[in-house]
Amino acid sequence: MRQAPLSPQIAIALPVLGAASILLAWQYLLPALGVPAYIVPTPTAIFGVFQKNFALLLDNLRPTLIEALAGFVIGNLAAILLAVLFVHSRVLQAAYFPIVLFFNTIPILALSPIIILIFGLGMTPKIVIAAVICFFPTLVNMIRGLDSAGDNEHELFRVLSATRWEVFWSLRLPRALPMLFSSLRIASATAVIGAIVGEWIGSDKGLGALIIQATFNYQSDRLYAAIVLSSCLSIALFCVVVLAERRAIRY
Amino acid sequence: MANAIEASRLDVGYGGRIAAVKVLSGLDLTVEAGSFLSILGPSGCGKSTLLRVVADLLDPLGGTISVLGDTPHAVRSRRDVGFVFQDSTLLPWRTVRDNVRLPLGVGQGSLTRKIEDRSDELLDLMGLAGFGDRLPHQLSGGQRQRVAIARALLGQPKLLLMDEPFGALDEITRDRLNDELLNLWRRTGTTILFVTHSIAEAAYLGERVIVLAANPGRLVKDIDMRPLKQDGNRCKREDPAIVTAMAELRTALEQAS
Repeated sequence: MRQAPLSPQIAIALPVLGAASILLAWQYLLPALGVPAYIVPTPTAIFGVFQKNFALLLDNLRPTLIEALAGFVIGNLAAILLAVLFVHSRVLQAAYFPIVLFFNTIPILALSPIIILIFGLGMTPKIVIAAVICFFPTLVNMIRGLDSAGDNEHELFRVLSATRWEVFWSLRLPRALPMLFSSLRIASATAVIGAIVGEWIGSDKGLGALIIQATFNYQSDRLYAAIVLSSCLSIALFCVVVLAERRAIRY
Repeated sequence: MANAIEASRLDVGYGGRIAAVKVLSGLDLTVEAGSFLSILGPSGCGKSTLLRVVADLLDPLGGTISVLGDTPHAVRSRRDVGFVFQDSTLLPWRTVRDNVRLPLGVGQGSLTRKIEDRSDELLDLMGLAGFGDRLPHQLSGGQRQRVAIARALLGQPKLLLMDEPFGALDEITRDRLNDELLNLWRRTGTTILFVTHSIAEAAYLGERVIVLAANPGRLVKDIDMRPLKQDGNRCKREDPAIVTAMAELRTALEQAS
């Protein structure tokens, strides 16, 4: 038998309680079991870093935020434009889509040193890495989305003698939006990953650099704080995407 | 009166001229302007295909067809033809009113006459006053199909093609929409080609009913219903003359399948 749905209050209270129970166990149980603080610092210790070193964290958040955002915008925009090109030219799609597929199989970690070789050590290579990592899922989803209108819908537009441009704006694009947004949601997390990976390989600023430095200096509370902050950045980006999606898709 | 459609030795198929699978073979058909024609036939007999040729969605392989005295392409470009699909094909992201207005937004480039925004008047006419701001998923199946008809009528087409428009509806709704469609037809004088699976619907609606057979599609029965009906194509569904005609249609349909 199917379970009855939870009441709204309980549906909110349960995950809060769940998280609280984990945090409590982390705070009191792990130290009691003898897990040393340099491996797993307590939540209060991590929170202490946010109080003590807030300026340092913020300084390192800024470049990562800019890189992730710029990479997100550039990578997704490029993917959308290429998808539009591909669905309007089957010749181009047949010629170049397999090559794009091939590039996608190269692990981003292997590709990153090359990107840094090309673009140097500034913010640019991080933006490029974040863009590359966003690019592929959006390309694939956007192509599928733009092609997802049914035969009858295309016939309807043909009976009305709609131009290609009108079919694109009034049919293909709105049909593609749900699939586009599902890949943008994924990209909101991967763009941050891309920026951080780029900073690992060569940077002295950003959350990625902070993570590497903190690891080498055994500042595990600082390491955990940087991780929490990068996850917050992903969540914030994700929320922005979801809000935009709610405005764009009303049905 | 001029003819709305003149087709002679019409061959239609898929897969090119050489390896073609013929869907319609050597079809001769003349449809009077302003008339209501029901097209009946088993699956695969090419009823929908015939509508698609008339609407210039599909090119015939052979034979000739003229629509409103012109080529199907010219008629489509002039927006003289409206099409209603079996699924309403409403765009889910547009409100009901904006769905009806779709013909105003697209394809205007090919048009020489001006289409007026009669969306509210048409929604009224289809019994959907007050529904203009709803989204399609908030409507019932019958209401959605009414919106689709309103959309097809916005351009004041001289020819209305309907491909099993009420096939997915329950019987009560279907009967009601049948009557509304007949009223509409009497008011507008539009020629209607109405494809259906239902013998009762075909007999009730049509001034004339044709039956197509499958493999390959061809005309096997052509009944003039006007002598059986009163003026204005009015009849009772259970009228003995209509019931007799339905039996005749059923026999033709059985032999055609």
